[in-house]
Amino acid sequence: MAKELLKGNDAFAEAAIRAGCEAYFGYPITPQTEALEHMSKRMPELRRVFLQAESEVAAINMVYGAACAGVRTMTSSSSPGISLMMEGLSYIAGSEVPVVVVNVMRGGPGLGNIAPSQADYNQMVKGGGHGDYHPIVLAPATVQEMIDLTVEAFDLAEKYRTIVAILADGSLGQIMEPAELPPMQPVRKLKDRPSWALTGAKKRDPNIISSIYIDPVEEEKVNLRLMAKKAEIEANEVRFRELLLDDAEFAVVAFGTAGRIAQSAITEARAEGIKVGLMRPISLFPFPYERIHQLADEVKAMLVVEMNGGQMLEDVRLGVEGKVPVSFYGRMGGMVPMPEEVLEEIQKLARSVKN
Amino acid sequence: MQTEIIFSGFGGQGALFAGQLMAYTALELDKHVTWFPSYGPEMRGGTAHCTVIISDEEIGSPVVTNPSVAVVMNLPSLDKYEPLVKPDGVLVVNSSLVDREAKRKDIEIVSVPANEIAEEMGEKRLANMILLGALLERLPILPADKVADALDRHIPEHRRSLLEPNLVAMKRGASVASG
Repeated sequence: MAKELLKGNDAFAEAAIRAGCEAYFGYPITPQTEALEHMSKRMPELRRVFLQAESEVAAINMVYGAACAGVRTMTSSSSPGISLMMEGLSYIAGSEVPVVVVNVMRGGPGLGNIAPSQADYNQMVKGGGHGDYHPIVLAPATVQEMIDLTVEAFDLAEKYRTIVAILADGSLGQIMEPAELPPMQPVRKLKDRPSWALTGAKKRDPNIISSIYIDPVEEEKVNLRLMAKKAEIEANEVRFRELLLDDAEFAVVAFGTAGRIAQSAITEARAEGIKVGLMRPISLFPFPYERIHQLADEVKAMLVVEMNGGQMLEDVRLGVEGKVPVSFYGRMGGMVPMPEEVLEEIQKLARSVKN
Repeated sequence: MQTEIIFSGFGGQGALFAGQLMAYTALELDKHVTWFPSYGPEMRGGTAHCTVIISDEEIGSPVVTNPSVAVVMNLPSLDKYEPLVKPDGVLVVNSSLVDREAKRKDIEIVSVPANEIAEEMGEKRLANMILLGALLERLPILPADKVADALDRHIPEHRRSLLEPNLVAMKRGASVASG
């Protein structure tokens, strides 16, 4: 298919449709509302389910229900809306049903504003709802990645019976870039739904999906299963992209929009003769700890850049294990760092190590 | 080669659409391009701007501090972007809606009375295309005929009657810039 000029929000919504999403539930919130609008137009056209719920709390519970029935389902929202969904997400995690959630992050905390932010890293990557669980979290940096990762999210969610979160930001939601959509996958037939799904127990034993295990012995078994799944995901699903690291003395680690801004700064720094490269984690859970650990043997220092107060920074430091200094530059509250600001931080880093 | 263009004006003046049109054209020429809008609670009458980056290579940051080009459709936009244009860059000013001259000596200033021309043409909403035509005449980032093709393909159906006037507007802008 040819490239089209697509807005991030429209692109991930259409990608979900083409990945066979059968039911979308949501509630409007800037800066992701175009996704909901896109769904409201396209899903009825295709005789699929679009439902604007009365709140995000309702939306996520509708998603929970649809997921139990074994259909491909999703919701999308932005920071405050995602906070409202946390209880439902924990129930979904406990019930081990596949769900795709897109968070187009905005400035916070609280009602905050509608400008781009990455301040929900901890909330999404470390769980967010109660209990021990880890959604797979994928961080796109371009409209093309919004599309590709959304399609992949549906497959991963079903493969591991887990939540897969796409962690984007207002800038990625609003930007338009050339990108290519995938071909349309047909919606799955009832008989092809997963064997665990609640499809009406005709001529088979009933399936039970629940997150209630009154007996702690049983609940611990569930938790052990979730941990085994976590280990499997950590072993198989690490994703990242590197740029100019082969001969690098310094590495910038940044995800999503911060990553592409850092990319521009790195190009400038290279022109000044500073040997710096970019490590851009794409899977935030599972985090590329191992690669960061290796990288710490290859470079003299690292700089983490985020649109928050230093959240992924903690994971980078866990990976580095103190082998090299790790500095941090962040903008908060909906402010987007400019390439010049990041360049200045790279220059500082290069000077500090030489002296 | 990378060119960054900021198109800025009041909401409703068509700054965002003019930027989008450049992005569509760049895509059809197989270039890398990003279009990033200001988005906020502001609508008609508020300020609206977009950043368009056109490049031969993969684009990193979709935002820039110092663009190569700024097209300013009103006074607040002139005040904001005149100091930010890169040295040797281009500043296209809608002289109809500003009450001062641009001061920079190290950039090229293209002054176009876009609203007056648009009103003369009988359609106030053409100011954005007049300014775009002027820009492309002075700095041929994109061939004007390709922009016209892109407009033909992407003009909303309910505005199709404005296609021809839009194309004439671009030419009027170009002739002011060349004169």
